[in-house]
Amino acid sequence: MIILSLLPTSNRCSVTVPAVLWEEEEKKKKKQPQTVTFGSNEASSMVKQLRQSFKSGKTKSYQWRVSQLKGIAKMVEERESDIVQALYQDLSKPPLEAFVAEISMAKSSCREAIEGLQDWMKPEKAKTGISTYPSTAEIVSDPLGVVLVISTWNFPFLLSIDPVIGAIAAGNAVVLKPSEIAPATSALLSKLVKDYLDDSAVKVVEGAIPETSALLDQQWDKILYTGSARVGRIVMAAAAKHLTPVVLELGGKCPAVVDSNVNLEVAVRRIIAGKWQCNNGQACIGVDYIITTKDFAPKLIEGLRKGIEEFFGKDPMESKDISRIVSPAQFKRLVGLLDEDNVSDKLVLGGRRDSTRLKIDPTIVLDPPQESQIMQEEIFGPLLPIVTVGNLKESFEVINSKPKPLAAYLFTEDEQLKQDFVENVPSGGMSINDTILHVTVHTMPFGGVGESGMGSYHGKFSFDAFSHKKSVLYRSFSGDASLRYPPYTPKKQMVMKGLMNGGLPGMLLALLGWSSHNSGTKS
Amino acid sequence: MKMERVDKELAELRHTFRSGKTRSLAWRETQLKALLDLVHDHQETLFDALHHDLGKHPVESFRDEIGVVKKSATHSLAHLKNWMKPRTGSIPLIFFPASGKIVSEPFGVVLIIGSWNFPISLVLDPLIGAISAGNTVLVKPSELAPLCSSFLLNTIPNYLDPTAIKVVEGGVETSQHLLNQKWDKIFFTGSKAVGRIVLAAAAQHLTPVTLELGGKCPAIVDLTSISSHYDTRIVAKRIVGGKWGPCSGQACIGVDYLLVEEKHAQFLIDLLKKYIRRFYGEHPKESNSICRIVNRRNFERVQRLLKDPAVSASIVAGGFIDEERQFIDPTILLNPPLDSELMTEEIFGPLLPIITLNDIGESIEFINSGPKPLTIYPFTKDEKLKKMIVSETSSGGVTFNDTMVQFLCDSLPFGGVGESGLGRYHGKYSFDTFSHEKAVMERGFYPELEPRYPPWNSFKLKFIQLAYNFDYFGLGLLLMGLKKH
Repeated sequence: MIILSLLPTSNRCSVTVPAVLWEEEEKKKKKQPQTVTFGSNEASSMVKQLRQSFKSGKTKSYQWRVSQLKGIAKMVEERESDIVQALYQDLSKPPLEAFVAEISMAKSSCREAIEGLQDWMKPEKAKTGISTYPSTAEIVSDPLGVVLVISTWNFPFLLSIDPVIGAIAAGNAVVLKPSEIAPATSALLSKLVKDYLDDSAVKVVEGAIPETSALLDQQWDKILYTGSARVGRIVMAAAAKHLTPVVLELGGKCPAVVDSNVNLEVAVRRIIAGKWQCNNGQACIGVDYIITTKDFAPKLIEGLRKGIEEFFGKDPMESKDISRIVSPAQFKRLVGLLDEDNVSDKLVLGGRRDSTRLKIDPTIVLDPPQESQIMQEEIFGPLLPIVTVGNLKESFEVINSKPKPLAAYLFTEDEQLKQDFVENVPSGGMSINDTILHVTVHTMPFGGVGESGMGSYHGKFSFDAFSHKKSVLYRSFSGDASLRYPPYTPKKQMVMKGLMNGGLPGMLLALLGWSSHNSGTKS
Repeated sequence: MKMERVDKELAELRHTFRSGKTRSLAWRETQLKALLDLVHDHQETLFDALHHDLGKHPVESFRDEIGVVKKSATHSLAHLKNWMKPRTGSIPLIFFPASGKIVSEPFGVVLIIGSWNFPISLVLDPLIGAISAGNTVLVKPSELAPLCSSFLLNTIPNYLDPTAIKVVEGGVETSQHLLNQKWDKIFFTGSKAVGRIVLAAAAQHLTPVTLELGGKCPAIVDLTSISSHYDTRIVAKRIVGGKWGPCSGQACIGVDYLLVEEKHAQFLIDLLKKYIRRFYGEHPKESNSICRIVNRRNFERVQRLLKDPAVSASIVAGGFIDEERQFIDPTILLNPPLDSELMTEEIFGPLLPIITLNDIGESIEFINSGPKPLTIYPFTKDEKLKKMIVSETSSGGVTFNDTMVQFLCDSLPFGGVGESGLGRYHGKYSFDTFSHEKAVMERGFYPELEPRYPPWNSFKLKFIQLAYNFDYFGLGLLLMGLKKH
């Protein structure tokens, strides 16, 4: 149960849903039993119980893992409409967007894990060389134990269930802490996990800062956190006390560099898809800002204007195909970015806002100052700055002057520019001539670098993220060289040098006394 | 070293990295070759420094330090070009035409903090990884091995690019100052306690970290399955070699304690004593083949482990202590109390406790009752026991029927889990540990998938549903108007 009293008013869902639904919410809450505080004691006993479950060995078995993954698949299949409804309640997310961005991704992630698990669980053979001859070796994937997944509000279903799929696939017991800023989804997840999964090893803890702090005080074998860089630091510092490894999926200002030699219509659509179609800009991999040449900017702006109208109609605020801003606090922040001096006069499109419905038009500002807030902090909303440069190569400097982003996008047909971009712009990941899609391809890892995060997941990378890769070396008793052991005679010294410098031939030569007297030959 | 100078060095490293010079294969190869020259040219100086700092014999120095560096650098040189190539990521047909690749890019400016027990290799081996991955590096060797530290400070600038690879000497104050700065990656080898401090400092800047820590590495000796004269001698030799061989027990992967069945204990003890005598003579204090304790503080710490009367009463071999020379004999203890400091803390010294069990299978539970160790060393021929150990314990790694040698295997990741560490290196894992793997997807503009975009309708929903199932046949039907939506 969410402890609303501890949340700042702006985070409560009351203002964010139509009045009728709000009244229904209140009625429901009155019927429910008293809230039980989840503090340190509760967190500690939950972890203890999960450790016992893990120790019993049940989560390690292939059967258990597959049964849980199938449980998740069933859950998503059977309760799809409940999930879509919760997402609409929390974010006004259009059902199709919910389907594309969350449900389908969860389904395919689950299917991937079920299909791949047997292979993933197999030890990987490793080569062994002369230095350990004769021997065989393999790398075994051990589950880490009891892990914590802390999720976020913008894709509250997917970013909760996807890491949990990885944790389960790797054989761990797991606690999920969904975001309280998407309360309907949080409550639904709590119920669904209880209904469909093994409660002795997979748990959901709802709540806000106090509950999260209580969880972070415990000793976990791994923590996967999705959210802001600020809280990422807090999570990592808490993990440091227990030497707990972490995966941090953070964010940043994801730039899209647009060249003039592109198919404008297609590029524009893909940019719109990566901005306003992606939770209305509230996405860690969404396009944050655009860089293009001074000459091309007017054409690009006109293209975007047309595209926005084509997708969302003449009045985007009335369109059902675009999400709203999640909360009044976020709304206020975004309006602040727009109304800053020297930014408000750079408006070229949109700018209207409706605080009751928490809607802001798809808005474009042209060349706001680099020191303005809108160019310093991650926007996470429907505002799109366009920064112009003389020559596109200058865009690299603009991007590299900011912290490394989670994603970077380039639209061009210039092969050299593509190569230069890949080589000289550090980022979590990149798409060329498109947006977002690289994270849907699970043969590639999804994660950040620098301020945008550390570690990665998706597909087998999820399994790996929640496993320890244990090196196992099998040695035999034959072939024991006495030269390994003291006392260290000069002869032994020579042979050892021979082996390390020249491999087997070197060693044989040394054994025959043909090694040079100096400190060994160069390799 | 003055902190202002340290800040200047760091600023130069950033500047050098930004210039892009460390990105080229040529630059990286030049540095690696220069490192090989460095250890080759100064081998004797290194032997002297290691002997001075730790009493290490040249053979041990070559085997564990110089040889390791040579091997790693050579391996890296042979494979670097391949490692630098992007890996292909296959892209589903639905995105056609598209290509995917995973590109390794350097993190940027890296801090490597070394340890004192292998003061050369535990600094240069990670350095090889950091250079191979194209980073600029600042190295902080351990001040507890002073001659080795000053060797690195004075010699590295003569061989490696001084604008990109720097050495800073110093103690706790210097380390603290370094940890307060922003790094793109930190690689630390040392104790758990300091590991926590490093990780907490890294958290302030969201810096990714590799921690090579330690723990109590057990050896499980199953003499029921190993009975031949030859084989039991091998076991004893390898254990003695794996306990007192590397820096006299002061090694993270050294054998910390031993588990054996009660009925075989005396036999094993006798064998171990025999080989201790053979390797180190009647008076190990006189032997030149064994290291001494690194400093007074550690000597007193190890000595203190024996002060508990219940512990000292369990000594069955060795126990001789020379206060003046800071020397402690190879010492074996039989069943010291399990709650003694000797059995709860990592020993990091020449004391070998032997704990007896009724059945060797109990060793699994025994190990699982403590934190996950860096390595487990089972000596057994029982295939069932082998499988059980691998599947029911967790540790950084497991090496069967030998000790230490996994360190030389470049195809095996070397690193801990839980309290024994975070992250891994050796071979390509070194390259990877200092790289960020960037996913890059490239698409063409044609053909363009209309159903991606609003306004939404049932056709588009059906299309996307089919696309997500990779149901190309269904998609075909839909597009031809032969499927309901």
